[in-house]
Parts: sequence; C-alpha cells; structure tokens
Amino acid sequence: MNETTNKNAVFHSLRQSLAVTLILLLLCGFIFPVLLSGISAVIFPSQAGGSLVYADGQAVGAATVGQEFTAPYFMKGRPSACNYNTYYLDEQGNPCYSDGTPFAGLRTGSDNYAPSNPALTQRVEADIQAFLAANPEVKREEIPADLMTASGSGLDPHITPESARIQIPALAAASGLSQEELKQIVENNTQGKLFGIFGEETVNVLGVNMDIAQAMGLVGTIDE
Amino acid sequence: MLQLVLTLIIYLILVIPVGRYLYHIAAGKQTFADPVLNRVDGAIYKLSGVDPHKGMNWKQYALTLVGTNAVMMVLSYLILRIQSIPLLNPNGVKSMEPALAFNTIISFMTNTNLQHYAGESGLSYLSQMLVIIFMMFVSAASGYAACVAFIRGLAGKTKDNVGNFFADLVRITTRVLLPFSLAGGLLLVWQGVPQNFSGNVVVQTLEGTYQVLAMGPVAALEIIKHLGTNGGGFFGANSATPMENPTILSNLIQLYSMMLLPGACVITFGKMVGDGRRQQQKSKAPETLLPARREGITARLFGQEGRSIFLAMGILFLAGLSLCYWAETQGNPALAEIGLSQAAGSMEGKEVRFGVAQSALFTTVTTSFTTGTVNNMHDTLTPLGGMVPLLHMMLNCVFGGKGVGLMNMILYAILAVFICGLMVGRTPEYLGKKIEGREMKLTALAIIIHPLLILSFTALAVATSAGQAGVTNPGFHGLSQILYEYASSAANNGSGFEGLADNTLFWNLTTGIVMFLGRYLPIVIQLAIAGSLMKKNYINESAGTLRTSTASFAVILVFVVYIFAALTFFPALALGPISEHLTLWG
Repeated sequence: MNETTNKNAVFHSLRQSLAVTLILLLLCGFIFPVLLSGISAVIFPSQAGGSLVYADGQAVGAATVGQEFTAPYFMKGRPSACNYNTYYLDEQGNPCYSDGTPFAGLRTGSDNYAPSNPALTQRVEADIQAFLAANPEVKREEIPADLMTASGSGLDPHITPESARIQIPALAAASGLSQEELKQIVENNTQGKLFGIFGEETVNVLGVNMDIAQAMGLVGTIDE
Repeated sequence: MLQLVLTLIIYLILVIPVGRYLYHIAAGKQTFADPVLNRVDGAIYKLSGVDPHKGMNWKQYALTLVGTNAVMMVLSYLILRIQSIPLLNPNGVKSMEPALAFNTIISFMTNTNLQHYAGESGLSYLSQMLVIIFMMFVSAASGYAACVAFIRGLAGKTKDNVGNFFADLVRITTRVLLPFSLAGGLLLVWQGVPQNFSGNVVVQTLEGTYQVLAMGPVAALEIIKHLGTNGGGFFGANSATPMENPTILSNLIQLYSMMLLPGACVITFGKMVGDGRRQQQKSKAPETLLPARREGITARLFGQEGRSIFLAMGILFLAGLSLCYWAETQGNPALAEIGLSQAAGSMEGKEVRFGVAQSALFTTVTTSFTTGTVNNMHDTLTPLGGMVPLLHMMLNCVFGGKGVGLMNMILYAILAVFICGLMVGRTPEYLGKKIEGREMKLTALAIIIHPLLILSFTALAVATSAGQAGVTNPGFHGLSQILYEYASSAANNGSGFEGLADNTLFWNLTTGIVMFLGRYLPIVIQLAIAGSLMKKNYINESAGTLRTSTASFAVILVFVVYIFAALTFFPALALGPISEHLTLWG
C-alpha cells in the first residue's frame, strides 16, 4: 500500500466516523428525548410534569419529593443534608434555610458520613435530643433508625409507619386533632409493599401533612 | 430476603429471551422488526457512506472504534464549553471549565460516568441531551460492538473478519438501545419520573416557605443510563433521588435494565461459539466425529460455553450480594452505642422506600454490572457492605457492563485453562484453539493493567497533598475513599464514595487518565487476542482436553478470580474497609 491510498483510507474512515456521529447525535441526543417528552405529555401529563400536588388550587409540593416541616402540628420527615431545598425569605428578601444559613440553590445528596465518622454520631445525638424534647412520651430506644438518619437523596418523601406512629401523641397535642383521626390519616397515606413482597412499607409525610392541614381547616380543597 | 430471591429469579427468566434477541442482532440473523429497521439502518448507511458488509480485521476494527470515539469526544467537549448559550437552558447554567469538561467527556465516552459536577447545577438541558444522553447511547453501543467483534473472533467463522464497526454500532443503537429505551422510558414516566423541558419550579409550601422542585428531561436520561450500564445521574444523588427513582417499581425497572444486556451478552457468546463449533464439526469427515452429546436445557438456552461462564459470574455475584446484605442488616455499632435502635439495619444514606434489602441489591448490581448508578450513598455503607462494591469493581468481571465484563471473564478463563494445563502438563486449549505464548502474554498484560492503574494512582494520591485534600472522612475510611475513586475509574464504573471532594485539577486529570487507559487498553488487547486466536486451526477434542463447559470449570474460574484478586488487592482492602470494620466492631 502506498502513502496516498493510506491517507485516503484514513480520511475516508474519519469522514464516515463524523457522519455516523452526527446522525446518532441527532437521533439519540435530540429526537429520542423530544419524542419521549411528546408521548409522555399526552399519556402521563401529571407525572411528566413532576407530579405536583395542589392545595386550594396552588402547587404546594410534589407527591414524590420530601419537604421540610417545622410547625409542631406537622409530621416530621428524615434529616436532610440539603433541607429538602426548602427555604424562606428573610427581611432583606434573601433566601435562607430554616436554621438561618443562606440557601445554596437546588441540591441533592447526603452528608456522606462514613459509619465510623464522629460527625455522624454527633449529628444523630443532637437530632435525638431535639426529637425527645418535642415528643416527651417517646423513649430513646423506641425511635426507629430511619427517623434519625439522613437519606441518600436528601429528598426522601417517606418515613416508616413506626416513625409516623411515635409522632402521633405530640401531633395530637399540637393540632387539636384526636389520635384516632391522626392514625386514620397516617393509614390513608401508607403504601404497602409491591405485591406484598417488594420494597418496604412507607408513609408519605407531605400527604399526611396535607390531610392534617385540611382537617385543621388551614386549607380547603386538596388535590394529590 | 424473599424479595431478593424473587427479584433474581425473575431476572433469570427475563435474560433468556433478551439473550436470544441480542444473539440474533449480533449474528446478523433476522428479527421481527427487520422490515422497519432495515430501512432506518439503510438510510443511516447511505447518508454516512458506510458499506455495512465491508469486513474489518481486528486492527481496523479497533482503530475505527477509537477514532470514532475521538470524534465524539471533540464534538461533545465543544458543547460543554458553550452550554451557557440560551438554548434549552431555562435554569441559566454556566459553561463548564476546561479541566472538568475534560474529565466529563472521557468519563461519558468510556462509559464510566464518574461525575465531578452535580447535574442539577452543572449542566444545561442541552448538554444533558446532546452530550450526556447521546454519549450514554454510543459508549454503550461501542462497548457491545467491541464485545460482539471479540466473540466473532473466538467463534472463528473466518480467519480475519471480525465485522464492520459502524454496522455494529448502528444496529445495536437502533435495534436494541433505542426501542428498549423508549418503552422503558415511558414506564419510568408512568411511575413519576419527570420528562419535560420547563425550568425548575418554585412552590409555596403549606408552612408558607418555598421549595425548589427539579424538572427536565429526566426519564430519557434515566432509562439509557441503566440500559447502557452508564450510571451518571441527572442529579448529584443519582437514582437515590425520588425524581430519578420514585417507587419500588421504578427501582426494579432500573435494576433489570442494567442487568439484562450484560447477561444477554454471555448468552450471545455461548450461542455464537456453539454455532462456530457446529459448523466446524460438519466440515469434518463423519468417522472422526465424537458421538454427539445430548444437550441439556441450560446448554440449549445459554450455549454450552456460555453456561459455565454465566454460572461462575453468578457465584461471584451471589457471594458479594450475601456479604453486602448481611453487613447492612447488622447496622452501625457507633449509632447503637448512643442508643439508636439498629433493628432496621444501617439506614444512613438509604431511602425508606428501598430499605436495606433493595439498597444492598442495587449496590451489588451497579458495581457488578459496572453501571455506577446508586440508589443509596456508598460512602455511608457499613465497612464490609462498602467493601463489596469496591471488590466487584476490582474484579471487573462479574457480568460487567456493556460486554466488557464478558471480555474480562474470558481472559480469566484463558488464565484458568493455562493454570490447569500447567498442573496436568498439557498444552492449554480454549474453545478448540491452542493457547500459546502470544495469547498468554497479551492476557497477562490485559489483566495486570487494571490493578496497576488502581494501586499506583491510589499510591500517588496518598503521597501528594493535592490527593489527600479530597478526603473528607477521617481514619481508615479516607483510604477507602481514594481506593474507591480509582477502582471506579479503572473499571469504568462511575459510582463513588461521593464525599470525596473530587472537582479539583488533580482529581479531574488523574481520574480522566485512569478512565481512558482503563477503557481502551484492555479493549485493544482483547481484540488482539481474538485476532490471534481466530487465525489458528481447530484442534480435535481428546481425552486430555479440559472441558470448559462444565460446572467444575465454573468453580475453578471463581477460584482463579478470587486468588488473583486476593494477591493484588488484599493489602489495600486490609488497610481500608477491613481495618475500619475491626475498629467499629472491636
């Protein structure tokens, strides 16, 4: 093979590479996501739009995403390394987390503490003490692990039924609702395992709190 | 426990038809979708001037693969650098800086999907689509193409034609990845994964505060992320976030999407090698034929040689899963000490909807099938629970991603027949071909690259202040973080002990180099081995031949893999996760 044909072969191969690349770029990187969006918007409009939930016609959150709650009459979720991306505006109008530190924008994730990291034990100890102070009927050893440990995403919408149950006495005292009413609300927002086998039993905290808000008359209609 | 067993049984049922389909694609046989897809492929070939029937030898094939990947990298690098333009960028994301873009491009082209950025703040929707989703398709297709070429070489129908790279790339994309993605993507949207082009939504909560909710074309990325065993999430927390993985059903869909194709590759291998052998038998005179053995049901479904490989991978996988699941159910003794009940296992970094069982399964699957997606934070796993993903990336042959795991396992199989051959004093042979000096040298080289990259770069990071600066957890776990990052890069996995502060020049450059070498060196060497084996003549099976289609060979293979891993990685593992375990439980 002489040099010119060699060069031609390389050039030819490169041209094919470039052409195939551009075609696949269009097909996989553009047509596929646009097509999927189009079909989803028609068949599953709510889910494709982020599964928003509404109270009195206003979007108040998403059914799949957890939220931070601080009011004593609302059920608490798990600790979150990003405060569930929930913030308030201070007097100057700057967004802040509930502890007063500046809001860092949309984030996901955990603290990534190793099991042997002393910072993990300190954080959990502080959370346990705060929880015991707010829920005086509860004993330390009764607290389920999920309620004091941070989720991987920082956006876990769920707690275990046991974690919901131990909050009921304090919630009843703060909200004025009866324990039976609250138990019923928790049950309505509890999802069993898939086919009774796969996954875990979960309670959706936002769902519970929307029902509490409605029962207390804080909001009128809700649409989950 | 029951849910784990059932999940795996359903997998074993599903993998067989998918394996059959993949075999038909790889062998160029007819499938039901041909009338439509032949036209699509034909149009692509015509537009790009590719002649799909023009065969390539292994050198041309490898060169075309690397060249095409290089073109894709240059194009994608440019897009990342100008992504701040107001095109499909409703959240106003800035352009990516050079070192991070360099790392990101190599990461996605090599199917690693190590992410030193967080998708929610670092990428515009345009980049998520034209760079990330596009590369997720083509890097997976490139890996499968290499694997198919490798199998063609081993099955040895011709002396030097391993197929046409472009034809393989296009066929795998249009006939496997795109249709599966469309169907799977719709299922994910049904379960609640967003798929839209609007900017992030701010809502006012019941308490009067505000919450930012992430939006975007998440489902499209999510499905190919698993199907192509890519693993890079739309968001920083990956498949742990409820936007990417909202329900147990979406979790199962993602599990199966990453498990099916690598398993199917083994079946494809079994069937194609079986075809090659039958063709060989036919050409011989009838009197020299051995009496035909009756094929059992598993041999027919998986192919004789595929069955023993699948079994060996299965044993390795189950051993890892059991250890990981057991370790996580034990909980964290440090938290038990301050009085927090650990009855539910170690829940830090895990989601309630998945619990310990589905988290341990996902962790083992994502590192065995080298996807790198996570549904819990691996940094927070218990020491032994976290050692399993680390170990499986070090082995890099427990199913493995996009065909590459199979190629690695074949190398171990060659090593195993070589060691057995030495023990009984016979020339080793595999798949009817003599294994000689050239193949053994290449095999040894390919096997040694992986530990060499992991251990030498870990040593470099430990020895330099720039490397140490990334460590965020004190004690033995700090070493595990470094080790994990390089194991993940070299195995082209992409998961991380995410606490590591890795968006620095040092980490972006070193992991970029490790990912690049960890991907292309083995592929080229493996193709060279196939190219060398296919030139040889078949030798007749005799009484002294070590039969590689048996369960006992699978067991030998498992031991070879473990012994090799122990010899190379045990000191590092002893200093990292094992020491951390002993201090926690001591």
